[in-house]
Amino acid sequence: MKSLTNKKKVLEQKPMSFWERLYLPAIFRGMAITFMHMFKKKETVFYPEVKREFSENWRGLHSLKRDEQGRERCTACGLCALACPAEAITMTAAERKKGEEHLYREEKYAAVYEINMLRCIFCGLCEEACPKEAIYLDGNIVESNYLRQNFIYGKDKLVEQLFKV
Amino acid sequence: MELAFIIEKFVLITVIFALSLVVAMYSTLAERKIAAFLQDRVGPNRAGPGGLFQPLADGAKMFFKEEIIPEQASKFLFVAGPSLAILTACIGSAVIPWGEAVVIAGRMIDLQVTDINVGILYIFGVVSLGVYGVMIGGWASNNKFSLMGAIRAASQNISYEIPMGLSIIALLLLTNTLSLKEITAQQHGWHWNVLYQPLGFLVFLVCSFAETNRTPFDLPECETELVGGYHTEYSSMKLGFYLFAEYINMFISSAVMATLYFGGYNYPGMDWVNSLLGPLWGPLVGMMVLLLKIFVFIFFFMWVRWTVPRFRYDQLMNLGWKVLIPLAIANIVITGIWITVVDKL
Repeated sequence: MKSLTNKKKVLEQKPMSFWERLYLPAIFRGMAITFMHMFKKKETVFYPEVKREFSENWRGLHSLKRDEQGRERCTACGLCALACPAEAITMTAAERKKGEEHLYREEKYAAVYEINMLRCIFCGLCEEACPKEAIYLDGNIVESNYLRQNFIYGKDKLVEQLFKV
Repeated sequence: MELAFIIEKFVLITVIFALSLVVAMYSTLAERKIAAFLQDRVGPNRAGPGGLFQPLADGAKMFFKEEIIPEQASKFLFVAGPSLAILTACIGSAVIPWGEAVVIAGRMIDLQVTDINVGILYIFGVVSLGVYGVMIGGWASNNKFSLMGAIRAASQNISYEIPMGLSIIALLLLTNTLSLKEITAQQHGWHWNVLYQPLGFLVFLVCSFAETNRTPFDLPECETELVGGYHTEYSSMKLGFYLFAEYINMFISSAVMATLYFGGYNYPGMDWVNSLLGPLWGPLVGMMVLLLKIFVFIFFFMWVRWTVPRFRYDQLMNLGWKVLIPLAIANIVITGIWITVVDKL
């Protein structure tokens, strides 16, 4: 078949010469290379003591944000759960009662808000979907655990701490 | 047999046995460290200062692992395999002269367990036996991968023993003796055999890589094709024995190479040092020099392992039969002609 591009290159396979069949010259060249690597700077990061900085656009653990007066921003609209490709988010909405205005910004709030960290793929689509700027993936790495059930994070772990004045 | 003789030999055997075990133990750490350095890493450094207790931790782990003997395996042979592997690895050190005779309390003590006059043949015999541990273990496992590994080990060892023996013949033409003690004594000071037998040494070196199943000739245990090769079915300390035997083999073959080709305990200026330090410490310095040479060889083994990829099976056989054997035979011819010419002049 005629080649469509002129990038085609026919490789000529010559039989190896005796010197090549000995493999020795090639091996010595390789050994020189590996020996030089002994004196190179080591790439190891000593993890628990030294931590590498996260990049600018790092997406970590979710946090549910509060507004300036310390009220929860989430209004339990469910757009994040809808946007989530891994179906990791579930929530139950509740109506704000009288006297709870200092706790929740909108009339509706999430009574239960759970993210399954084993399902979450940290894509950040919930962040994009949220109309209230209530959820951000600005946290750390998800901590390890022995039990699957402990990876379902509720509001106790997700909601931002109140600012201490 | 006087009592002092028995005690002397007993102590010597114990020391050498312990030495080869300790060296093999720390070879495992050295291997991981060197692998790390060659790959721009730092290697194990958590257990003890600088990772110094890592071999102990590894050994303890091996002991606590569950011991599994497969249902279909031949029980006796399954246990005999690793036992034989480590036994043959350990007895190889018996004929290696570790130093000149030391004088303690007016008594000459040879730093060699036994000076049999066919020392090289003994080494060859032990090396040939070494493959039986691998073969029996692979066969008794009743597993395809193990069997493949065992077959490869057998064919590889048989193929590479021939050029190894041929390279030794050229050496024997020069030395006129099979005793390792005399061969070492002939290399006094500078007269290392490698200077007269560079080609023979090269062939011997390549073959010893094959005989110890080290990369690039680790086909019997290649993980990518054969899971674990001959030790696929092994677990716990029986697996530990196989892995350990490989490191002891490496130590012994380094010692043999250092003795045969690199002068053993001889080093330039040894007469001056001996006259300075006396008949006790002089030979011990020689022994340190021998150990240093051995460590250099062990480093070389590891350096090659982390540089060269594994040979394909056909490449292995081509190298053994079509390259190394002709080279070794040519070496014998050249050596023979050279000796005759030198004799005539």
